[in-house]
Amino acid sequence: MAPSIGTPVRRKEDYRFITGQGTYTDDIDRPGQLHAYILRSPHAHAAIRSIDTKAAAGATGVVAIFTGADMAKDGIGGLPCGWLINNKDGSPMKEPPHPVLADGRVRHVGDPVAVVIADTLGHARDAAETIEVDYAVEPAIVDAAAAVKSGAAQVWPDAPGNLCYDWGLGDAAAVDAAIAKAARVVKLDLVNNRLVPNAMEPRAAIGEFDRATGEHTLYTTSQNPHVIRLLMGAFVLHIPEAKLRVVAPDVGGGFGSKIYHYAEEAIVTWAAGKVRKPIKWTAERSESFMSDAHGRDHVTHVELALDADDKFTALKVSTIANMGAYLSTFATCIPTYLYGTLLAGTYTTPAIYVETKAVFTHTVPVDAYRGAGRPEATYLLERIVDLAADELGVDPAELRRKNFIARDAYPYQTPVALQYDSGDYFATLDKAMAAADYAGFEARRREAAGRGKLRGIGIATYIEACGIAPSAVVGSLGARAGLFESAEIRVHPTGSISVLTGSHSHGQGHETTFAQLVADGLGVPIDSVEIVHGDTNKIPYGMGTYGSRSLAVGGSAIMKAMDKVIAKGRKIAAHLLEASEADVEFKDGAFTVAGTDRSKSFGEVALTAYVPHNFPHEELEPGLDEQAFYDPKNFTFPSGAHIAEIEIDPDTGHLTICRFTASDDFGRIINPMIVSGQVHGGLAQGIGQALLEGCVYDKSTGQLLTGSYNDYAMPRADDLPSFALSTNVTLCTHNPLGVKGCGEAGAIGAPAALTNAIVDALKAYGVRHVEMPATPERLWRVIQQNHPAQAA
Amino acid sequence: MQKTVSLTVNGKPASGTVEGRTLLVQLLREILGLTGTHVGCDTSQCGACVVHVNGEAVKSCTLLAIQAEGCDVKTIEGVANGDDLHPMQEAFRDNHALQCGFCTPGMIMSALDLVKNNPDPSEREIREYLEGNLCRCTGYHNIVLAIKAGAAAMRGDPVPSGGHD
Amino acid sequence: MYEFTYHKAGSLDDATKLLGAEEAKLVAGGMTLIPTLKLRLAKPSDLVDLGSIASLKGIKEEGGGVTIGAMTRHIDVNRSSVVKSVIPGLAALAGMIGDPAVRNRGTMGGSVANNDPAADYPAAVVGLGATVVTTKREIAGDGFFTGMFETALGQDEIITAIKFPKPQASAYQKFRNPASRYAIVGVFVARTAGGVRVAVTGAGPCVFRVPEMEAALGKSFSADAIKDIAIPEDGLNSDIHASAEYRAHLVNVMARRAVAACG
Repeated sequence: MAPSIGTPVRRKEDYRFITGQGTYTDDIDRPGQLHAYILRSPHAHAAIRSIDTKAAAGATGVVAIFTGADMAKDGIGGLPCGWLINNKDGSPMKEPPHPVLADGRVRHVGDPVAVVIADTLGHARDAAETIEVDYAVEPAIVDAAAAVKSGAAQVWPDAPGNLCYDWGLGDAAAVDAAIAKAARVVKLDLVNNRLVPNAMEPRAAIGEFDRATGEHTLYTTSQNPHVIRLLMGAFVLHIPEAKLRVVAPDVGGGFGSKIYHYAEEAIVTWAAGKVRKPIKWTAERSESFMSDAHGRDHVTHVELALDADDKFTALKVSTIANMGAYLSTFATCIPTYLYGTLLAGTYTTPAIYVETKAVFTHTVPVDAYRGAGRPEATYLLERIVDLAADELGVDPAELRRKNFIARDAYPYQTPVALQYDSGDYFATLDKAMAAADYAGFEARRREAAGRGKLRGIGIATYIEACGIAPSAVVGSLGARAGLFESAEIRVHPTGSISVLTGSHSHGQGHETTFAQLVADGLGVPIDSVEIVHGDTNKIPYGMGTYGSRSLAVGGSAIMKAMDKVIAKGRKIAAHLLEASEADVEFKDGAFTVAGTDRSKSFGEVALTAYVPHNFPHEELEPGLDEQAFYDPKNFTFPSGAHIAEIEIDPDTGHLTICRFTASDDFGRIINPMIVSGQVHGGLAQGIGQALLEGCVYDKSTGQLLTGSYNDYAMPRADDLPSFALSTNVTLCTHNPLGVKGCGEAGAIGAPAALTNAIVDALKAYGVRHVEMPATPERLWRVIQQNHPAQAA
Repeated sequence: MQKTVSLTVNGKPASGTVEGRTLLVQLLREILGLTGTHVGCDTSQCGACVVHVNGEAVKSCTLLAIQAEGCDVKTIEGVANGDDLHPMQEAFRDNHALQCGFCTPGMIMSALDLVKNNPDPSEREIREYLEGNLCRCTGYHNIVLAIKAGAAAMRGDPVPSGGHD
Repeated sequence: MYEFTYHKAGSLDDATKLLGAEEAKLVAGGMTLIPTLKLRLAKPSDLVDLGSIASLKGIKEEGGGVTIGAMTRHIDVNRSSVVKSVIPGLAALAGMIGDPAVRNRGTMGGSVANNDPAADYPAAVVGLGATVVTTKREIAGDGFFTGMFETALGQDEIITAIKFPKPQASAYQKFRNPASRYAIVGVFVARTAGGVRVAVTGAGPCVFRVPEMEAALGKSFSADAIKDIAIPEDGLNSDIHASAEYRAHLVNVMARRAVAACG
């Protein structure tokens, strides 16, 4: 059989989606199901004086109404945070409570206040409007930089100055010393704009309780059903794992936003137990805007020191990161360990210091969104490097090459904790520059100028830390979870195979990629391999999908389980062939006695495993079913170079992307078609951040101003170009597949490449920086305020 | 008010009892069980709910069920001919034009509407036509390739390679 | 949505009668009304659907211009060979409204009666000096749009058609809101026997004309003729997408482009 690894196998999962037969959470209806509508706070910050539900309770179709007081009576806990960050002085972060339903106070627009359960959603919503909540509105703070200033409205009395933590990493003294003797220090203030993830499937949850068995079931739009079972069962509802089943069926995109345990999951699960009927909740998009965890939202000052040879000698970064009103599940690790540790980037900068103040504001919680900390790190680094090139008058590609980590320097220990195992930043940059015709750019700039257009080109290189994560490392850094992955391979008697994985696919194509691994590994047709995921009653305990980890960690767990299957198969084959186990080889789907033609096919061995008529049972167990857990030895380090070429219409500020070129190193590639799809999607989100998307709150009222697609600009087909992609492979050295991960690359590289291109296009205007999103008005203003005559 | 709506769905007579405020997409999903049509927004922009009414693409979240009385409605479930996929469905699979699959039904229904009126659309025309269909996974790159390939197959022309060979 | 009683009007008389209910509303294509209802921003008691009144649909060339029935959809205006030959600028404008699925349902009468400050058709009605025909009277386009979401229509008055005179040349240029794709600024320019008309949508609370530009273009119909005519920011819309200053600037740019597009 020809190997499938490395080939663009068409996706096994597609048939159900292109024929409308996918099963997303909202597609599920349980017998006798009721509907929940959640009444949310219209205010950013208010004390709740009273909630009067009398009229609503008598409204048509209403079955029950619950508030935070009802949950408190049942001893329901708060939503937990999964990562403890310590302050610079070693003291722990502030960790305020995160009630499921408001505890007498609301802290952001959209904070859940009460739930109405009725026969139809229409009736539930009609009734919710008659609930009278007496709010005493108080001042709100939404802006991260303003939240730390004196006099700012306070979100939590126990977190003075709205400070969650003040964290630092690196050698501050070495950095200050290097800056003091630098030939040049380049400085920049920048904002990493707040984003709303906007998976196309809105979140949904169905709770169900079976009194006969005592089992609770939650169907939910999750990237990691076992994590939800653990968090909700252990910390919120106090249900033992064995009595709680969490199912994440087809999930319509996540991008991080469906990692976290959300209030609505706990509400429907708990309420279903109270009313003894299944309860469905589905977010309307406007609810998603005010209840899904947001992403990014950093304000940063960065300084880069260079010596007289243009070598980077130090990097100093100071960031204020917005946490929102409550700590979402993994919020705290994003602007710290997924951010500060990436600040070496692709460079040899010997001294790095980063400090992050995480602050509470009256906004929706902020957590990981595609890239999660790494886009923020890449953005500031690649902006400051471009700015340095501009100040020095050197080509930005040359300055990068001069400071790249050498090809032979791996393993490379950075000054910010990570050890890169492999990479070749020169090769990806060369490839991208050739594909983008970087050399021919100035001619295109002149041609565009002839048409009255401002053309610019921008490079960004990036490194990311994926394959999250070695449990020992993250545990020592405050993670309250292990980040291994699980797999179970069940070889059935007639040779078909079920692969149970703790990873979760919500668009990534695991049903195909994982099947390729097993088909090639066991020498069986891909159609005989079924991937099972998403149901805690079926799959072993696993951590789910995020941080570009599924293939590197989940795939490696499958490889380990497959090794065990082969080892067991070898024992069975040795028995059948009356040979010594050590002499039996497994190759091309057959167990063969070395140097002979005596052989048993994988199918024969599988059948025998379940028809063990003459097994020596004291030595050989029946069955061919193996489980493995894989805990990665290190992070993986995908890298790449992205090049954007754009034109700006100076009359309107309208920007057109002329070309976008990406050259990436993802290690070994299992399915190039799926990998390119991942890059396309990441690029679209990165371009969205750079040009279109920005979540805006009203600074005085705390109202969410971008609460629908009328105001939050999602990238559309005609906003984007076709992409030119290529890959350059250096293998990961520490996982069995040599893979690195590709899910987030586009979102990490694109924002800096775009902004660098914009600043390049506006060179003649003397522009140093343009904030994201670079909307037409923002660009037009830059052009108005910086007449070319003023340019140096 | 409760009223029974009768219409044709995917070539077969169908009916359901609805309120005045029931949307066509609710009739399809909640009463007729055709859950291939999705709802991704509440402002009529995302296009996950696109179906054909009397042969034209409409957003089924922006049409009352009662307004579809007597209409001929086609949903994603009615696009394939039995087990034989429509060439546009084949093209979506062959060009990896879907990831999570949530926007896909609306994309395919819009693509068919485009090709009906413009059998050989250019990349620019496809991108402009998709103004009312949002996808968060694919960056649209492969959707554009798929629609070009699907259109070629529907014309009976050689199908261009999507580059995934 | 709040619940309401739905009526399918069989005739204009029928529709007028049904509109007598206290909180009754007409539904034409529903492309604005239904989203508004879904967000519970309106609570009509009754909804009167004009969709099956055949006399409200259709495009006719008459009196040297084009008369378009109120229930004619954007897609029909966009594809009409009559509109394309008599007023190509209007056909092109119809192709820029919303998205294809919206154009398959949305109607001219619905859009004009709703008078969204960012809608496209009001610019054409005013820019072409069209006449709005109702069940009661004919209203000159210039006097029809009275304020944000407000028109000269009475509660029981229904638009039946709009009569567009044929211009010598016309064109519409639109700068889209990157999120909603409505007009941040849209400018319709028409060169007519009676002079040049410049109508602006999106920029202010309601469509308006720019007399200084019209006068300058009357003297010399070229983009250069209006390049120094600044629109005052006062009274223009200002929001997170575009300040009044930027909108004022865009009016000038879009007007120049529309003049150039007139050929």
